[in-house]
Amino acid sequence: MRLTRRDALAALTALGAAGATAALAGRSPPVAGDESSKASDGGGASESGERVDAGSAESGDRADVAVVDALTAAAEVLYPSAVEGHREFVETVVRGRTDGRSVDREGLVRTVADLDATARDWYGAPFADLSPGERDDLLRQLGVASADPDPDGPIFARIRYHVVDDLLFALYASPTGGRLVGIENPVGYPGGTRSYRRARMPAADDGEGAGEDGEGAGETDDDSDPVEPSDVWVGVDDESSGGRDGG
Amino acid sequence: MAETTGPAAPEDRSPSDRVDVCVVGSGPAGAILASRLAEAGHSVVVLEAGPRFDPGDDGTPPAARRRRQEDLLRPGGGDVWGMGGERDAFTSAGDRRYPLNAARVKGVGGTTLHWQGMVMRLHERDFSLRSRHGVGVDWPIDYADLRPFYADAERELGVAGASDNPYAPPREEPHPLPAFPPSHSDSIFAEACERLGIDMHSVPNARNSESYDGRSACAGYGTCKPVCPSGAKYTAESHVRKAEAAGARVIDRAPVQRLEHDRTGERVVAAMYATPDGSVHRQRARRFVVACGGVETPRLLLLSRSERYPDGLANSSGFVGRCFMDHLFAGVGGRVPRETRQNHVGFNTSECHQFYDDAEPVEGLKLEFLNYAGPSPVVEATRGDAWGDELLADLRDSYGHHLAVGALVEQLPRRENRVALDPSRTDDHGNPVPAIDWSIDDRTRAVIRRANRIQRRILDELGATVDWTVGPASTGPAFHHMGTHRMGADPGESVVDADCRTHDLDNLWLVGSGAFPTGGAMNPTLTIAALSLRAAAALDADL
Repeated sequence: MRLTRRDALAALTALGAAGATAALAGRSPPVAGDESSKASDGGGASESGERVDAGSAESGDRADVAVVDALTAAAEVLYPSAVEGHREFVETVVRGRTDGRSVDREGLVRTVADLDATARDWYGAPFADLSPGERDDLLRQLGVASADPDPDGPIFARIRYHVVDDLLFALYASPTGGRLVGIENPVGYPGGTRSYRRARMPAADDGEGAGEDGEGAGETDDDSDPVEPSDVWVGVDDESSGGRDGG
Repeated sequence: MAETTGPAAPEDRSPSDRVDVCVVGSGPAGAILASRLAEAGHSVVVLEAGPRFDPGDDGTPPAARRRRQEDLLRPGGGDVWGMGGERDAFTSAGDRRYPLNAARVKGVGGTTLHWQGMVMRLHERDFSLRSRHGVGVDWPIDYADLRPFYADAERELGVAGASDNPYAPPREEPHPLPAFPPSHSDSIFAEACERLGIDMHSVPNARNSESYDGRSACAGYGTCKPVCPSGAKYTAESHVRKAEAAGARVIDRAPVQRLEHDRTGERVVAAMYATPDGSVHRQRARRFVVACGGVETPRLLLLSRSERYPDGLANSSGFVGRCFMDHLFAGVGGRVPRETRQNHVGFNTSECHQFYDDAEPVEGLKLEFLNYAGPSPVVEATRGDAWGDELLADLRDSYGHHLAVGALVEQLPRRENRVALDPSRTDDHGNPVPAIDWSIDDRTRAVIRRANRIQRRILDELGATVDWTVGPASTGPAFHHMGTHRMGADPGESVVDADCRTHDLDNLWLVGSGAFPTGGAMNPTLTIAALSLRAAAALDADL
């Protein structure tokens, strides 16, 4: 099952990302040239193999590149083997996640730097350049699997929070991730009010979507775009003037 | 009629001049009343103890609400609405610990920020249990008195419902919005219930099934309780905005410490409130309305004791804080060998009032067919030690076959269940914290057992493997705080009259579920809203 940018945008709605709108607007990605993301074959090079030349990027971009590289490599381990298309998904999630949220961004950059430093200490290479087996071993040996997430805690707790939980939450709060389990409208995703009435999960591409019949402003379905905040919070722009109700 | 107070600078928490009505609390009881009075041209100030959440300074409100949702779903995210700590300290006695802060909110909008949003009218018999069955106490009003205000409340909240409930009291018009259609799991239950002779019908929801009152239709986020990111679920923020648009002033983070009365003890003259900068202010007004919920309202009255009212303001009857009631939850859940499609939405679409009006036992009992039984994969995904294919296998194993039937059970008023002050512990302002003394008697336990028997029959009929039962030993409250300033015709047996005005003080009104003499087994907020609208009409006439 291939993850798409659309899945990432869906995940952002569940992640409460202020940058979801910016991501939706299609700003230039922090990395280039990797649209044809493809799952690693386990040979040691992750999807991050097509990284942008760091020398041509601004320093902030270099940090973004490192973050996307590391998280893509982590996703290849954390996500089920049936999932493909990690890089585009991760890239979009990271951008939407950190846009306008400096605390999250700084914590994420710092955590990835520590993860890479540990990988270099233990395996002589940054995390993204390790084989999937080595990445899995490193995470487990750090104690990440059983760690309580804490964005301000020790390295294993920060990796659990910023890397493992962020990525798992992003996947399983998206329709594609939900579908792997058997629910096309997972909790956290604004998938409308038709799916709960169905006897079974429809095929992803069968076109049976409430968004097509115009049932409601917040109505979306399997492969329709996630609902944007402006669609589901009528009158939000009038908040400051005490105008329309936002509930 | 006085001039309107108008908007003030956000950080200006000083008192207003020439105020007609000071409302303490901005939950549904206070906000609905405040908006109605402001729209009638009266000057209104609302004092709210908690903050104004997500005012738009940190991204758009939906983004802020989605972050709260993420806090809910991810491990270690903390409380969604910031309850707890010294500000909200309490103590609990009785044979049950009462988890007071689990489902209440201090902030603009009050507990409707957290609530589930189920809005039923009480049944006719609920208003006259003493006359009909010799238990509890009669209300000073009957269903016919409240009926037009119920209709008004349904319009105000935007209730999605259908007239398919044969056990519901008579109504004069359709609900403002169409009901949410039944779920797939409702259809599974319907097979068993039809064979058992158990009637199912729709649930009235204060949640938009289509756009209404400037708010969108439900988007299906699935986290109605405790946070609706779409704004489709009604919250009292809606009426706060209406009140402000009509000229009312809402001061947040302004917890009222005391109510002060005049020399005669017949009128309240000021509400003394604290502000974040450490100042204490006195808001004067012609009328005062306390709308702080069934715990904080009696607490404020008890804190406001004086030489004239040594047992607490407006407490000549001794009933302030007494007869605290809640609804008890009963439930049975299990799994069936077919897809049940749970956790797509966070609200219910079918329930059953068939057993509600029975005489043996007389306590009300309402069944709810849950649409969110069993674990959500999103939540499970971040709770375990596994990832990759192992995690997916775990999630597939845990999701897909769960079903559950819940119930609310009535608890009759008993004087020994009460909210008092605990002088041994103080809050962040040095005031004694509320002490909840709450127990469940044998009558209530018997009704819970009855609910379990019905629920078990339904699951057995479906051939379900029963995994859990919430019965008399494991039951808990539904967080519907009722009865602590009950209404009545006799000043010796009640705190407020049928209009929610205190018997003791001419210009003091107490709205909210504390005014319920009995609580039935229906979620209380529609009745809270109806009583507030009724009180607003009486206040308007009195001003």
